[in-house]
Amino acid sequence: MPEVKVENVTKKFGEGKIVAVDNVSLQINDKEYFALLGPSGCGKTTLLRLIAGLIQPDEGNIYIDGKLVNDVPPEDRGIGFVFQTYALFPHMDVWGNVTYGPRVKAWDTQESNKIGREMLEMVRLFERSKAFPQELSGGMMQRVALARALSAGAKLLLLDEPLGALDAKIRLELRYEIRRLVKDLELTAIHVTHDQGEAMAMSDRIAVMRKGRILQVGTPQELYMNPQEIFVANFVGESNFLEGFVESINDIGAVLELRGKLDVKVSDKNKRLGERIVLAIRPEALELEKRHKKVENAMHGRIERFRFEGTNIRYEVRLENEDSVVVTRPTLAGEWLDLGEKVTVSFPPDKSFVFTYPSKGLREELMAE
Amino acid sequence: MEGSIRPLRGCQRDLGRIDLSRFGLLKFLDGVSSKPAIRYMTYSVSIVFFFALILIPPILGILLKWNQVGQIFENPSLQSRALAAIYASFGVALFVSLIDLVAGLPLAWFIARGKTRWLNALDTLVDIPFILPTVALGYSLLLFWSQPEGVSSLFGANLISPGWLLVILLHFVFSFPIIVRVMVGALLDYQIVYEEASRTLGAPPLTADRTVTLSILKPSLMSSFILAFARSLSETGATVMVAGIVGNRAAFENGPVFIYLVGKNSAEAVFVSFVLIAVASLIFGVITLLGPRLKLPTKKVWPVFERRLSGNSVAMSRNALTLIIFFFIVLVPSLFVALPTVYAITNGTLAQALSGAGIWQGYWNSLILSYFVGATVTLINVFIGLPMAVLIARKRAGALPSKILDVLINVPLIVPSIALGASMSFFWSNFAFIPEIALLVFAHIAITYPYFVRAMASAIERISMDLEKASRILGAKPLTLFRTVILPLTKYSLFAGALIVFTRSVDETGATVAVTSTLKTAPVLLVGWVNRTVKVTASDIGLGIGFLIILSFAVLLVMRLAVRGRERRY
Repeated sequence: MPEVKVENVTKKFGEGKIVAVDNVSLQINDKEYFALLGPSGCGKTTLLRLIAGLIQPDEGNIYIDGKLVNDVPPEDRGIGFVFQTYALFPHMDVWGNVTYGPRVKAWDTQESNKIGREMLEMVRLFERSKAFPQELSGGMMQRVALARALSAGAKLLLLDEPLGALDAKIRLELRYEIRRLVKDLELTAIHVTHDQGEAMAMSDRIAVMRKGRILQVGTPQELYMNPQEIFVANFVGESNFLEGFVESINDIGAVLELRGKLDVKVSDKNKRLGERIVLAIRPEALELEKRHKKVENAMHGRIERFRFEGTNIRYEVRLENEDSVVVTRPTLAGEWLDLGEKVTVSFPPDKSFVFTYPSKGLREELMAE
Repeated sequence: MEGSIRPLRGCQRDLGRIDLSRFGLLKFLDGVSSKPAIRYMTYSVSIVFFFALILIPPILGILLKWNQVGQIFENPSLQSRALAAIYASFGVALFVSLIDLVAGLPLAWFIARGKTRWLNALDTLVDIPFILPTVALGYSLLLFWSQPEGVSSLFGANLISPGWLLVILLHFVFSFPIIVRVMVGALLDYQIVYEEASRTLGAPPLTADRTVTLSILKPSLMSSFILAFARSLSETGATVMVAGIVGNRAAFENGPVFIYLVGKNSAEAVFVSFVLIAVASLIFGVITLLGPRLKLPTKKVWPVFERRLSGNSVAMSRNALTLIIFFFIVLVPSLFVALPTVYAITNGTLAQALSGAGIWQGYWNSLILSYFVGATVTLINVFIGLPMAVLIARKRAGALPSKILDVLINVPLIVPSIALGASMSFFWSNFAFIPEIALLVFAHIAITYPYFVRAMASAIERISMDLEKASRILGAKPLTLFRTVILPLTKYSLFAGALIVFTRSVDETGATVAVTSTLKTAPVLLVGWVNRTVKVTASDIGLGIGFLIILSFAVLLVMRLAVRGRERRY
């Protein structure tokens, strides 16, 4: 049922000096699992709390299910909220926590008990009903927090970095469990995180935020394959960035002149001739071969460093034009290369992104805060 | 390795100490401090001091006079009078602490959660009844409510004559800041996320506060209740002023008033002291043990009703009412004594006072005595209290013994000071050669010791053990560690603790009255003036109290200026 619409919302703190959310507009569809992704301080948590009604916007409107909710207090918005620190009431046991929502709305005791039990069974913690929060592990506490948020019958679930405080392994497990739960119950979910892997694994669509603004909204695939901004290209997945100019343009693409007069072909022909650009290529899109070979988009260099990272091997290659690129290769695909070895780095023209060189400089553009 | 141990430059500036390391004294002491025997001796000495000076004398004192306790049962009328006084003490303490909670909580909420700029000012105003010497409070309320100069003039007759109602008002006023201060602190430290969680689950603000916030703040509610209760039980000077004493009887008698009237050496006094001490200890023991199990009512909800009560207009009227009560029952009456003081300055009494003529001779003597005793008591408490604070904070005596000591330290806090003083004088009077001034100092040490040790122990506990370990690994001996790490980081609490001790000692009336008969400290003298045991005018009293107030504020100002900023958690 609930779709959420955020319309030109602005929120400032510190007597107007800090703009946490800067004229943001967003539409989240019914039954969608939506992520707000960005580095610390980008405004994603503030936006979530605005939607929850825990804080009020300075400008703009928020609609839940078509109704304007600016003046509606949190207890009347029909939401469930999962906090990063779980916020389980320490003076109540698991059962007391989970049934708090129904109790506080004075639901029929039988109803409360039924839904409490249902929710606890969904998160597989019904046997721990009498335990107090302090006795549970992080993962268990988070599952209780989830059950509690859901048992009040909310159709809109808001999650504020719910997996942030958990061990890596538990984080991975809970990712799938939470998404499954949300989809089974047909809820709309808005999930705040700084972990792009988490956002991509769990969401239908993602909004990438930075410094209070939304940079791009799209499915995980869209963001990965088609980043519209340099920051997005680096934040969702990883990218190498090479600076250069547009040397020529033709029907099928463009030729870019990189540092040291190194020419490469790209399929993006939408930049102007002579424009200063930044070329972004993902480490996994770069191909690596022994010795200096003549292939399309060949860039010659030497292996400067490599790290074994489990599924991948990560090579740092110092090109002849002094640029440095990172290339990753699956560990089990092909032979490993040695330190100092001469190599050829290349890439298909269509697996790269070309951006206009940012006015504030590349470093500033990539900075998170 | 380098020859001398020099503290870090920053520390040296902070402490403002003379660099004694030149003389090798500090180096010697530092070196000596690493010997286990020396450390053992330091802690043992402080423990011995505690037992010998503070804990044992009152207990033994009562036991020594045990045979007298029974005497009271031979005199039924006196016995019933004594029992009535005891009931009155506990009754007033309980009632006042409860209404303080009810009236103080909304104000604490308002201060902690409110958004206006005036809140800082309000916060400071709340402290005033706590900072004022209790004799000043007592006289101020006496003037305001029952003398013709005060509110009574609006009503023709005296509105509230000295007696039970005035005593209740007085105790309400001086315990009010305790509740507000503790609850504001607790609310500010409280993690708002619990309340937010509650709101997102559907609870309107009032329900959220009642079912979640208050339950989580229960320890602070309890400790502020206990503090208010103990203060009401113990206070003597101001109570005696407003109890309506005429000759040898009073319109209202609680324990301290009773002992004040019958004289400390009488059998009745022993009896009442004993009962007050025993029952107070029992009550506090029960509260401490059972308190955590006490559950606030959080099961039932009244959604519609509580939602309406959460509304803005209700909140505003509640805040307005709280502020009205605060201003007209607490603040204005407390400050009322400023009027006669100002009047006294203008009508020539000031000149008289400064010249030391007549009664003023005695006044200045007693003021000097008060400050001398205060300073002595502070110094002694700092020296014998510091090792004890370290011992408790770092459990140097082992986990269980340290915990036991931790609890024992609180004993003088919960015992009514006049009873404590009386029992100490029983003990020490067995050694006929103890001069009164020493008795006075001992009694004040006992009463103020817990404040200092508590403050220092909490401050030391807040210092992470990691800092100490880092310092030791780098080569610091125990005393060096103490001098260069612990002291600088706790200097605020040390200063604050010392000042609390000083002001408390200067303020103390009950124990002083119980322990001495010839020496009069300033508060005792002023109580005598108010009860007209000496020929004085209202201006004299106003001025006498005025000086005391100005000096207290000066002392506190010194504290604020000398130690800026709050201690952070390290």
